[in-house]
Amino acid sequence: MLSPRDERDVSAAVAAAEGPLRIFGGATRQIGNTVVGEGLCTAGLAGIELYEPGALTIVASAGTPLAEIEAVLAAENQRLPFEPSDMRGLLGTSGDPTIGGVVAANVSGPRRIQAGACRDSLIGVRFVDGRGTVIKNGGRVMKNVTGYDLVKLMAGSYGTLGVLTEVAFKVLPGVETRASVLISGLTDAQAVAAMSQALGSPFEVSGAAHLPIGEVGLPLTMLRLEGFADSVAYRAGKLTELLSGAGEISVETDPERVRAMWQELRDVAPFHGRAGDVWRVSVKPSDGPGIAARTGGELFYDWGGGLIWVLLPEGTDLRARLGDFAGHATLIRSSVENKARFSVFQPEPAPVAALCAGLRRQFDPKGILNPGVMG
Amino acid sequence: MTEVLDTDYDNRIIRVQTGRTNISVTGAVEEDGFFYAPDPSSQLACAIAGNIAMNSGGAHCLKYGVTTNNLLGVTMVLMDGTVVEIGGAHLDNAGYDLLGLICGSEGQLGVVTEATLRILRKPEGARPVLIGYDSNEVAGQCVSDIIKAGVLPVAIEFMDRPCIRATEAFAHAGYPDCEALLIVEVEGSDAEIDAQLGVISQIARKHNPVELRESRSAEESARIWLGRKSAFGAMGQINDYMCLDGTIPVSALPRVLRRIGEMSKDYGLDVGNVFHAGDGNMHPLILFNANTPGDLEKCEAFGADILKLCVEVGGCLTGEHGVGIEKRDLMGTQFSDEDMVVQMRVKDVFDPDWLLNPAKVFPLSASESHRAAQSEVAA
Repeated sequence: MLSPRDERDVSAAVAAAEGPLRIFGGATRQIGNTVVGEGLCTAGLAGIELYEPGALTIVASAGTPLAEIEAVLAAENQRLPFEPSDMRGLLGTSGDPTIGGVVAANVSGPRRIQAGACRDSLIGVRFVDGRGTVIKNGGRVMKNVTGYDLVKLMAGSYGTLGVLTEVAFKVLPGVETRASVLISGLTDAQAVAAMSQALGSPFEVSGAAHLPIGEVGLPLTMLRLEGFADSVAYRAGKLTELLSGAGEISVETDPERVRAMWQELRDVAPFHGRAGDVWRVSVKPSDGPGIAARTGGELFYDWGGGLIWVLLPEGTDLRARLGDFAGHATLIRSSVENKARFSVFQPEPAPVAALCAGLRRQFDPKGILNPGVMG
Repeated sequence: MTEVLDTDYDNRIIRVQTGRTNISVTGAVEEDGFFYAPDPSSQLACAIAGNIAMNSGGAHCLKYGVTTNNLLGVTMVLMDGTVVEIGGAHLDNAGYDLLGLICGSEGQLGVVTEATLRILRKPEGARPVLIGYDSNEVAGQCVSDIIKAGVLPVAIEFMDRPCIRATEAFAHAGYPDCEALLIVEVEGSDAEIDAQLGVISQIARKHNPVELRESRSAEESARIWLGRKSAFGAMGQINDYMCLDGTIPVSALPRVLRRIGEMSKDYGLDVGNVFHAGDGNMHPLILFNANTPGDLEKCEAFGADILKLCVEVGGCLTGEHGVGIEKRDLMGTQFSDEDMVVQMRVKDVFDPDWLLNPAKVFPLSASESHRAAQSEVAA
């Protein structure tokens, strides 16, 4: 296995590679197809290169543990806006998630609907392309249209366009407190309507999820508010008023309990330790309940109804059940065989797939960077 | 191509043809209490297509992001005439983030004809506080302290003395005659605004401001914004000007302003600085006289020096106006040859014959040698 200590090592390793490389950080998010090749672990490229709390900017080497970044930010009462998930519980992996892995998979949690995805906070990258050349793009400022935005392209490309060596983020202030407005007993359609109403209000909802079977066996709809204490209390009151016709409403104000409930949702805890395949479906929120009904699986909604996590018996062809739909389904957890059989990522229309293949050839002409991981 | 194709409040999206102006997107939804967040100063005239090409921002992007953060999908005509849909009303992409790549590509990858944009509910209210300081360093420190305190203003605007004096003479907004002026705006209910302005004012007072004026009403807010909004017009009254668009790390502000002041003396041209201090996007306005032979060239050289300085302190050549032709020869100050070649290879994928805006973004020497090398490989 290759264990580069710095960017130059990565460059030399890629330039010298004669066969496929299996690139990983903490190997906790093994989502794509299995790659057969020599391992290249980026965990040796660790360390925070720059952190300016007053400029809301952090730059770190790609192998830096996510936990270290979050701890350094928390010490200044700041945070990554996009609330990256921890996939170890769902995928049964161990090890330390790295910030480069978060970027490679464009990971984002419940706050995606308010603060954007990982790619929205990512403002700069350095990477080694398939020729072994060190490339930089973006930088450390949040407004930048100098040249093409390869920063976004690298996010979610699962190491197939280059080996990330350094990433830069815009971060956000932390919050004084948080609360959840909880509604029980809604059908999926009623819940999505209520979430749409809340997200279309001026009350800055930072999470909107629906569990058709909540903790006590009844449907539970959750709306999260974050900020200064008085403001959170005010907005919780306003939301309760706005949704008063929707069902039985209560407000959870214990910040620790609120944190825990959204973390469970973020990490897909309802499916931990449960057998079967796990799919992640992204749709227009109002399409959510109709699409969900077609899955035939156990499920819950995040992103105001726009993200559906589905648990199905192993080997179920979800895409066949859904047919043509606007959005995409990703097979997050399954056997190696089923991942290869169904394709992990939603197949793209031919002209789009051709563009993607063209980009891959340009960035990785030898076809050695995580080949096949995205299908 | 200016039609609104679909307005969907449940899903908080609007789909438009891209010739529609930025302001008329908000115009189509504001009666129902919604708005489209990116608000470049040129929003009366600029089209969504151009916003996508330049990844435009505006004064409010500290909180709401720039175009790429508010764009969900596009219909794009590829160079071979194929029409593709990228993204849509759902979030994120199945494969590569082509949407992110297209946004900010200055029309070099395809022609975007329709766009799905995120719309947001208008906040209950917004009010600014005006803060004046006797030094740029102190103003910069105040910005940093506000951000560190956990308040996320929707806008932090900065003006320096030349700009303050010019706008005061032009718009009579009642600004103090000081070295640096900040306008910090927050949003929410009245009580939420009061609380946030309270925190900001408390921080500002620690730095001994020469003036601190919290807005209490819509009239007071309008008065505070009056000077800032007339800044470009005011500078234009004095002379011809060239507006720059570099971005710097906020922490580099005092150093950059000091250096611009020194260069202004060397070149013998006045400059006023208007700055989105929350996000580091500077708009220095260099004054010159187009009728004086040699003045324009001197002004362009001064502008290039300022942009090089932006890169030197860790920033970039352009925050939201794009590279175009004007700045293409400066690309080498920010990027290595390899950095540019990788970008040009992206263009090769979308537009193999380099027919779309071929002379923009990249230095001609770089694009010509790249294309010559490509055709050699092909042959």
